[in-house]
Amino acid sequence: MTSEPATRTFPSPFDVPAPPGAEDWRRLYPEYYLFSEERRDFEENKFWFFDGLHNPEPIYPFDAIMTESWWVFLNQFLTRVWQVPPASGIDQRLVNGYLYVSPTTIDDPAEIEQRVPVFLERAGQYYANWDEIYDKWIVKAEDCIDRLRKIEFEPLPDLEPIETVTSVRGTTSAWDIVHRYDELLENMHEMACYHFELNMLGYGAFMTFSDFCKTAFPDMPDQSIARMVGGVDILFFRPDDEVRKLSRLAIELGLADAVLDNDDPDDVLRAMGAAEGGDRWLAALEEAKDPWFWFSTGTGYCHQHRSWIDDLTVPFGAMQGYITKLQAGESIDRPLDEILRERERIASEYRELLPTDDDRAAFDETLALARKVYPYVENHNFYVEHWHHSMFWNKVRDLGRVFQAGGFLVDSEDIFYLHRYEVHEALFDMLTAWATTNPGRPRYWQDEIAERKRIMEKLRAWAPPPALGKPPEAVTEAATVMLWGITTDMVEQWLDAQGGNGDADGGPAALNGFAASPGVAEGPARVITAVDQLDQVELGEILVCPITAPSWAPVFAKIAGAVSDVGGIMSHAAIVSREYGLPAVVGTGFGTRQIETGQRVRVDGNEGTVTVVDE
Amino acid sequence: MNAAVAHIRWLEECDASSASVVGGKCASLGELISIGMAVPPGFAVTTHAHDAFLSRHAVRERETELLQAVDYDAVAEVTKASERLRDLVEDLELPEETAAAVRDAYERLSDGDDVPVAVRSSALAEDLSTASFAGQLQTYLWVEGADAVVEHVRRCWSGFFTPEALSYRHRQGIAAEDARMSVGVQQMVPARSAGVLFTLNPVNGDRSKIVIESTWGVGEALVSGEVDPDRFTVDKVTLDLLSTVIGNKQVEHRPDPSGGGVVVGEIEADRRSLPSLSGEEAVALARMGKAIERHAGQPQDIEWAIDADGEILVLQARAETVWSQRERPPTVEKKGSALEYVLADLLNR
Repeated sequence: MTSEPATRTFPSPFDVPAPPGAEDWRRLYPEYYLFSEERRDFEENKFWFFDGLHNPEPIYPFDAIMTESWWVFLNQFLTRVWQVPPASGIDQRLVNGYLYVSPTTIDDPAEIEQRVPVFLERAGQYYANWDEIYDKWIVKAEDCIDRLRKIEFEPLPDLEPIETVTSVRGTTSAWDIVHRYDELLENMHEMACYHFELNMLGYGAFMTFSDFCKTAFPDMPDQSIARMVGGVDILFFRPDDEVRKLSRLAIELGLADAVLDNDDPDDVLRAMGAAEGGDRWLAALEEAKDPWFWFSTGTGYCHQHRSWIDDLTVPFGAMQGYITKLQAGESIDRPLDEILRERERIASEYRELLPTDDDRAAFDETLALARKVYPYVENHNFYVEHWHHSMFWNKVRDLGRVFQAGGFLVDSEDIFYLHRYEVHEALFDMLTAWATTNPGRPRYWQDEIAERKRIMEKLRAWAPPPALGKPPEAVTEAATVMLWGITTDMVEQWLDAQGGNGDADGGPAALNGFAASPGVAEGPARVITAVDQLDQVELGEILVCPITAPSWAPVFAKIAGAVSDVGGIMSHAAIVSREYGLPAVVGTGFGTRQIETGQRVRVDGNEGTVTVVDE
Repeated sequence: MNAAVAHIRWLEECDASSASVVGGKCASLGELISIGMAVPPGFAVTTHAHDAFLSRHAVRERETELLQAVDYDAVAEVTKASERLRDLVEDLELPEETAAAVRDAYERLSDGDDVPVAVRSSALAEDLSTASFAGQLQTYLWVEGADAVVEHVRRCWSGFFTPEALSYRHRQGIAAEDARMSVGVQQMVPARSAGVLFTLNPVNGDRSKIVIESTWGVGEALVSGEVDPDRFTVDKVTLDLLSTVIGNKQVEHRPDPSGGGVVVGEIEADRRSLPSLSGEEAVALARMGKAIERHAGQPQDIEWAIDADGEILVLQARAETVWSQRERPPTVEKKGSALEYVLADLLNR
């Protein structure tokens, strides 16, 4: 990389124009989420990058509850609970509806010094008792989900049921809705606390081992580190395992054709219902669904990514692939024993290569801690983002149905165009009308939502630049590198890419990213930008996507390699690719914009490059 | 003839324990064969044969006589003695039983047509570990025909008396009657690609890497620095290919189609920047290097070739000498607990 004058910079967040027709986008979000004159000096001097990892699309007003949950509950653990010595919080802002984030590190040695004993005492307690704490964590998380399950929203009755009188409870349906909505929000924030209770300590332990390895063995591939630490009993492979089981059962019952012949899940269910023995299969499906099909087709952070439990297209599509493979005599089992054996072999061979006994002791200590925290690191996604959040979105939908029944929303899904404070307002609008039996103002909400739909449409068509503000000299902040996969080189590439015409189009034929899973593959590209396009993926294609979610796992059985715009070595695409032995390059920045479906591309998972081989 | 005094010994009959009979190089090739490596077939002309030759013609007596008065600090005197001894050896015939054994072995190696071979001295193992060995090792490549092989064995024996070899033996205090050499005769590989392999990263001593340098044709172009080779880095533990840097390979050494050695040819423009190894071949070489290192118990420096059929052959394996002899600094400062390592890591970012 040639050194460039330090004057190179990304656009100021204050100079980013709104897409035409969406000038009014700010009204969709709370004021504190926006760049403002009040904090201008602070904001302009920071480096902001686009968080496409968690939120590839503009954020729906209601969905901001999810990004805010980590804005508060993750950062509080970094700064106010553990006092991670060099880490300040990771800030957030919205630009044209897209989430930009900005991590900060503390540079003042005196301040760091002061934080050290606090960190050692507090983090020390957690690390020392990790297994017990993680067991309790599972209980807390399941209890939180259980309480969420019990929150129910029912349309307002014309007349209160007689039980209101006979039970002498004093409270009513109106109070129930208000109370349960509050409960719903609290439940969400409670889960957010649990989410981040262990997150940063988990990643910190992993990074310590990773950094040790890379010091001992320069340029050690990230995937080697992940292979030494990673387990195989990972919950987020479980939904896919259930799909494999159902595939085998369909064959066993002689009902494979019911799956193979029908692309619409409803037709599959009907065919199974009509077939002899189909009831056994349907019972097995029901058994698997809860909780394993509470599995978002996205990251879980956005309501529009429905989970399998609501839309069986993804698991049933995968089932067709598995059945075809099984019928062709191929194995669909993940080679678990082999993965475990390899994990031990790789660790012991690297260990042997270390120069001193002290180093071997450090290797043992840091590997043991990394492995200890890893079940949480790998499994929390299922509890939090998939199981809990998918259920949470459905509860919000139930409330939307109450609004729809009350004539306040045209469609129950429209509730997501209001942010959570506005839902309170709309709720009281509806309740005052219900209580007085006089008109409320449903038209006000319906008109506002129609306008917001128009604005969101414009925002969706806008391509967010990868970064804004002042670029750092070097990217060192741990979460930035590890979670988001952003490196100093990548920032340089973004600066290079914007050098020409201000965007990434017309860039070079080779893209660089993280070598996330080894191997080289070549094949026709399939660019997928939304989960509902997943069924287009054909055997042997190279998947090119903004980001993948765990529920995309079945599609990995079909593809020859994977490329993502965002994500580091611990991103889902990376983990799943390693599991499937597919070459993958993640965090390419511009893959989905520079590659077109049908182009022949070469994915080099050893070097971290993606090349368009022909046009 | 009794095996203990055999004039030749096939490489597959050699191992580390035969070094005193077949020299270090042939012994190590025998070791490689014993652990399943593909090594070009060949045989050693043993130290017994050399001994018999030296005794038959009273060469040792002549040597003792000539060297008695030599002042080793006077280069001219050593050179003069060397010339006399070499003239003597080159005028002598190989003992008939040795020549017959060499011819017979060569014909078995050839299996019909005369096969090109390398004839090179294989010094005794204890000498190999020192760096001051230059000048004693003779190498003749692409030798064809039984007569030529016999002739080159004699040339190697003549090389036993180079001024460097004489001085070396004097410095080491090796008496004339204790000194001897072996000569290796081994099939040449008409290599498609060839090069060297280190079982550590020669740039920084990182032992978790295997670095391969490769070029088109036989390896001489690479060893002599005539080409900018391809460089492959493979992870020693996972055997993942980590990086590939393609060099600009202007020339290659290839067998002369008319027989008799190699010719240096310019490489066609479009082939210069093509990788001389596939990724799979680089990984297969690394796997081979790893196995050899494991057997030897220390980092290795290996010469290899790949023939037209894609078969990998080991030409030579020896201990790496640069990084292996340095002290290796520790990776981290020792801490009392995993938590302290985490803290140190957070503070070091």
